[in-house]
Amino acid sequence: MLQIGKQTFQSRLLLGTGKYPSFQVQREAVRVSKAEILTFAVRRMNIFDANEPNLLEELDLKKYTLLPNTAGAKTAEEAVRIARLAKASELCDMIKVEIIGCDKTLLPDPFETMKASVQLLREGFTVLTYTSDDVVLAKRLEEAGVHAVMPGASPIGSGQGIVNGLNLQFIIEQSSVPVIVDAGIGSPGDAAYAMELGADGILLNTAVSGADDPVKMAKAMKLAVEAGRLGYDAGRIPKKTYATNSSPETAMIE
Amino acid sequence: MDIQVNGKILKFDNKAMTIADLLDAYDIQEKIAAVERNKEIVKKTDYEQTILADGDAIEIVHFVGGG
Repeated sequence: MLQIGKQTFQSRLLLGTGKYPSFQVQREAVRVSKAEILTFAVRRMNIFDANEPNLLEELDLKKYTLLPNTAGAKTAEEAVRIARLAKASELCDMIKVEIIGCDKTLLPDPFETMKASVQLLREGFTVLTYTSDDVVLAKRLEEAGVHAVMPGASPIGSGQGIVNGLNLQFIIEQSSVPVIVDAGIGSPGDAAYAMELGADGILLNTAVSGADDPVKMAKAMKLAVEAGRLGYDAGRIPKKTYATNSSPETAMIE
Repeated sequence: MDIQVNGKILKFDNKAMTIADLLDAYDIQEKIAAVERNKEIVKKTDYEQTILADGDAIEIVHFVGGG
């Protein structure tokens, strides 16, 4: 069970809802992923054509928890504004703080991220903060009171997987709040690996929405997250330099 | 009066127009949305009472796909 703030979840896969090839594929991918937390962005409504299909209006909101993000914000002030708007929908009190500090890498601005997280905590939000894989920053965010830290595995949408497993491991080991690996996951192997390291959850979007078959990939990610978690709980064998027999060395046939 | 809605200047004759009237005018009163007036959140319970003034900047936002 994954506990974030006061809520608990069966699924450890958090799914993004952006950039699916079609509305139908998006809906089906969400369904087979068994994700319970879905991320959304907050944008201006086209009031002149407000009847475009919108996933949110079809979702059973008793089954899903919405995790709006502050994507688009470059400062704490902008992120807080987006978060307040999201909350004003009266559908959620969770927020993914995402403040980009570099357009090319989409890496977060640590100073603005901290500032916004602190402000939103003060306002009573359940705060999940997207951060780089900086170990000390993750610690500082936790001390500030965030409900989950979400270090990136590699740049958003890059599909490069886990480029610094050691840092992620350090973050996971020292954290007393959930660590959700967010961004950069490319394949089910990446997701399983992050879970084997002890991550509490995985947040991904492009790895599913950009796959040749997003629905199949959504299922693969679901299974990968479960497999990785089971492996972590089971406790893997230590790595050794040389071989060890699996078959008995006694009662040999002579 | 001129009201700026999501960055566009719109003209209305109705002098006592509320946020609720504005949402009705575009048939979006049932949509999942949030409203800001001059950068201040307008609570849903205040839609009926919030009267727009000439020059107001309104943001009407909703949730779209995102990661």
